[in-house]
Amino acid sequence: MCLAFSLFMPLLSLFLFSRDDRSAHEVSVDRSTMAEHILEDEEEGLEVTDEQKIGLATWFLLKSPPGEIQQVAKSIRGVLMDERLFDMAAKEAFPKYNMEQMIAIDLADHSGQVLLTKYGAIDVSQHLDPRTAQVAVIDHVKQVCTDVRPAADDELPSAFVEEHRASIDNELVKYVEEAFPKGNCAVYCTCGKDVESGGDEFELKAVISATKFSAQNFYSGSWRSVWKIQVNQELQTVEINGKINVIAHYFEEGNVQLETSSECSNSTLLQSPADTGVAVVNVIQYLESDYLGVLEESYSKVSDNSFKELRRKLPVTRTRFSWNNALQLSLSREITKELSLTR
Amino acid sequence: MQVGRLRMQAAEEGGRERERVKERETKRRDILFVRAGEHSEKHQRRIGVRVAMEAAMDLMRRMPPTQVDTALSSLLLLLPQYSSELLSRVDQPLQVAWDAECLKHYLLCDYNRDGDSYRSPWSCKYFPSLEDGAQPSDQLRKLEVEANEIFAIYRDQYYEGGISSVYLWEPEIGGGFAACFLIKKDGQGRRGLLQHGLWDAIHVLEVGEEDEGLAHYRLTSTVMLSFTTKDAPSVSFSLSGSITREMQADLSVAEGHLTNMGRMIEEMEGKLRNGLDQVYFGKTKEVVFTLREPLGSLTATSATGQSLQQVVMDDILRK
Repeated sequence: MCLAFSLFMPLLSLFLFSRDDRSAHEVSVDRSTMAEHILEDEEEGLEVTDEQKIGLATWFLLKSPPGEIQQVAKSIRGVLMDERLFDMAAKEAFPKYNMEQMIAIDLADHSGQVLLTKYGAIDVSQHLDPRTAQVAVIDHVKQVCTDVRPAADDELPSAFVEEHRASIDNELVKYVEEAFPKGNCAVYCTCGKDVESGGDEFELKAVISATKFSAQNFYSGSWRSVWKIQVNQELQTVEINGKINVIAHYFEEGNVQLETSSECSNSTLLQSPADTGVAVVNVIQYLESDYLGVLEESYSKVSDNSFKELRRKLPVTRTRFSWNNALQLSLSREITKELSLTR
Repeated sequence: MQVGRLRMQAAEEGGRERERVKERETKRRDILFVRAGEHSEKHQRRIGVRVAMEAAMDLMRRMPPTQVDTALSSLLLLLPQYSSELLSRVDQPLQVAWDAECLKHYLLCDYNRDGDSYRSPWSCKYFPSLEDGAQPSDQLRKLEVEANEIFAIYRDQYYEGGISSVYLWEPEIGGGFAACFLIKKDGQGRRGLLQHGLWDAIHVLEVGEEDEGLAHYRLTSTVMLSFTTKDAPSVSFSLSGSITREMQADLSVAEGHLTNMGRMIEEMEGKLRNGLDQVYFGKTKEVVFTLREPLGSLTATSATGQSLQQVVMDDILRK
């Protein structure tokens, strides 16, 4: 009985906890009580309601490895065997997934790409591309851009903030081009977009996202870093706080996944927009390279220590195990013991 | 486990017996067909192509390995008609139970489960107790006892610790027998190291009937590994997953089944251990470093490399 319960405890906590790591764009409120419902139903016996099925399907979609959500969607369709339920789950899961994974979509007029993030979302299906001051209309489930329009004035920051934003963006693009073979980046103003010179603080978010997926080589991976840049005009400082998330998935004859993350921070002085841009990106570059170094070290430590502690290559005898002798050896041990006891 | 409870609640008192027996029979038949079906087209056609089941297996290959339990629970809820097959095909990290009679630990899997109770290979009793739980035949039990003893010694020599269990059973259809050898090792971070490793090995062997002194052995092995480390306080690192490999052989039964099975497992584990090193560490690291290259690295595609190539080309053209 306790085993059956323990199988459901993780499911229960999953639905309780998944409320916390949600993005700004919320999903239906029912989710919080889903867990209780599932547990209740489990005690009564049998049926899983449609609502619960949608919840479970959404969970699978959200947990898709980088670049694999379409494959997961196909499989979930096969498991659900109900198009209506799948559509509802997809409508809920895809926008959240696209924004969490920060995927890049080609603009409808082929003029470039737009990153889908919660920082640039004007509403669920309209996303701002700050670099070109355009707004893209997105179909999340198909993961395409259906329309592009220029951004309205109130969707853009003030000229003063824009100067800083653009300068950081320019430097960031240069850095990303050098360090990330398939990376995209964007800088958004997330707070104080109407601030003028000599005024209050404002906050920018620099986002870097790189995804790779190769079905024939059986791997996929993504790097996402989000850098919060707080500019304090009074103190003339710039605070930089970053979160880096890396996922790697290898699936030839199995399923191996790496999940690693890091939080780091630093600060620099506020200078002219051009110089601030260079300084901020230098900090970002330094912290990210540092993280890469820590990762490399973790890999070699785990490979040298933990792995070797699990299983030896050969027994201490330096020969393979003697299967036909082992029992005789242990039998003869038993017999010797018996003889010595009865003596 | 979930299947046992769902089924037991659905049946009435008298029906409870029938349900368990039926489940046992279906499971035994399915297990071998399913393991065969995974790799044989003919079997797939014979039992019908079940899209939902294959879709479920595809999902399990993509979900984060750290959340196997949640993923499996969800699939059991969505596909209750395939619970038996899901429980036997999806590999989960092995759980440990205590044999209160022999005072030893034993490992849990679908092959020693009956309803909600699990049979210990040491005392052959079910915990929680079950009056008429499924038991192997006397002859098979003898082999099972010997297998557990020898495997424990093997485990000690290679793993220097850990827990092992071996379960034998007869398939409903066809001769021969099947066995699963389980090992669980927890490499607690020693010497104050902050790394933690877990190794779970599941080896399922199907042994065909003896024919002219030879028997056909088919081994399907899965090793599940999990590493977590927390060196820097701000950096978290978790690497986990599973790899499955298969091996077949026709061997002479002169030295007995146990020797043949043992040697196959030993060889498989050796291969897996090396392969895992490459896959877990090599491949995943490669993925990360193709996403983000160390700055200033000289490769054909890096910015440094490209600009250097440009300089060289300019030089050549100028001359």
